[in-house]
Amino acid sequence: MSIKGKAYIAGIFEHPTRHAPDKSTAQLHAEVAKGALEDAGLAKADIDGYFCAGDAPGGVMAMADYLGLRIRHFDSTDTGGCSYLVHLGHAAEAIAAGKCSIALITLAGKPRTGPMSPRPSGAEADFEAAYGATTHNVYGMCAMRHMHEFGTTSEQLAWIKVAASHHAQYNPHAMLKDVVTVEDVLNSPMISDPLHRLDCCVITDGGGALIVTTEAIARSLKKPLVRMIGHGEALKGPRGGKDLDLTYSAGVWSGPRAFEEAGVTPKDIKYASIYDSFTITVLMQLEDLGFCKKGEGGKFVADGNLISGVGKLPFNTDGGGLCSNHPVNRGGMTKIIEAVRQLRGEAHPKVQVKNCDLAIAHGTGGLLGVRHAASTCILERV
Amino acid sequence: MDSAVKYPTPQGNPETAKFWKQTVEGKLMIKRCTACGEAHYFPRSICPFCFSDKTVWEESSGEGEIYTFSLTRKSASGPYAIGYVTLKEGPSLLTNFVDCDMAKLKIGQKVKVVFKTTDGAPLPFFTPVR
Repeated sequence: MSIKGKAYIAGIFEHPTRHAPDKSTAQLHAEVAKGALEDAGLAKADIDGYFCAGDAPGGVMAMADYLGLRIRHFDSTDTGGCSYLVHLGHAAEAIAAGKCSIALITLAGKPRTGPMSPRPSGAEADFEAAYGATTHNVYGMCAMRHMHEFGTTSEQLAWIKVAASHHAQYNPHAMLKDVVTVEDVLNSPMISDPLHRLDCCVITDGGGALIVTTEAIARSLKKPLVRMIGHGEALKGPRGGKDLDLTYSAGVWSGPRAFEEAGVTPKDIKYASIYDSFTITVLMQLEDLGFCKKGEGGKFVADGNLISGVGKLPFNTDGGGLCSNHPVNRGGMTKIIEAVRQLRGEAHPKVQVKNCDLAIAHGTGGLLGVRHAASTCILERV
Repeated sequence: MDSAVKYPTPQGNPETAKFWKQTVEGKLMIKRCTACGEAHYFPRSICPFCFSDKTVWEESSGEGEIYTFSLTRKSASGPYAIGYVTLKEGPSLLTNFVDCDMAKLKIGQKVKVVFKTTDGAPLPFFTPVR
């Protein structure tokens, strides 16, 4: 069975807030759910499937009860920031299998307002916890090795932030709206070598939600039709320390699976939402998905190649996690939302890709340099 | 990181007890599978490669080289260098580089194991070989 063409994204909503000290986390989940339902033109009572991850207070049972849902299918897979890209694939599977017909996916939280709870650890805890692995330094380790093996430079990485900032200037909700230069990135403080402050994403409160449904229901609604045509997911870790290679992500497996199911290639893609926790995250994933050869990501992203209207591969036209929004330190949801905006023709006119009929939304979650997941979704305008 | 840093105490469990007993003796232990011949780290009872239960403890030379690293410039306990070491025996492991000039760390540099105290068993770290 394939999910190709079986599931439609009928509703999207990105919370406009970037700082929400006056709201609860559960409330933010409810607000984004309400927003996505209104966007779709559906009511809460229509929802019969619900997907949420570790950011949902109390997990799927508590969250579904808080929202007052009566559902017949649920999934609380947590793979960090790409959870929602995984949920979208799983929702498509459930819809294709008839397990639900209108699925809600939510993400929300407030890392800017207060500290996040620590991530749960596994059997590795005694052997790793003491060494202070943080998001900054494990992505730094990937960048350091990539530079060593392929000669990738800080200037090339900086171009990714520059491209995101060009897009963010048109997003009224973006946390960082100023256009930056390569020099600005290189002159920002070093956080964890070789990553500078401007190589890092923003930290924001907020969230987002999706409504995923069947073709028949989507056609009965008023929004332009956007459907899933391919999905892939994968996991990668140090695997007992054998043949450690930090130059690639699990995207090398999730990407080809998604492209094969969709029956398209990277060359066909008109717009790309690529997870951007750090500049290096984008560069590695572009290589892993096949937009360029392994090791040539630096050359590929340089000179504005990711800027809409300028380069060959417009990416993260909302400003992405690097400039606009990275709610709950989890960027997967906003990747899907901007891809749907592009396919609907609802992106800002300054960044809208002409005739955008095929898009990719891809992300990794967890820690790229240690254990992580990847999920790739290929979306088509019907 | 220096001696002022307080490291977490390993909790241990029946599967890894031997490892922590040996760090007290200044030994870094790895596991090797006698079915497929592969060594792995951190230690498991069942081989993560061939899934055989014929795994045995082996003392590592404690020598290896830096696969990659990143220097965290600011933290509550000061700057520190996290990285991976690839041991002579094959497996790579996550660690910190200590007792050294962190600004001079290089990929490929030879390093050796050193142990730092905790309230329980000592923890393995690595330092460049002079």
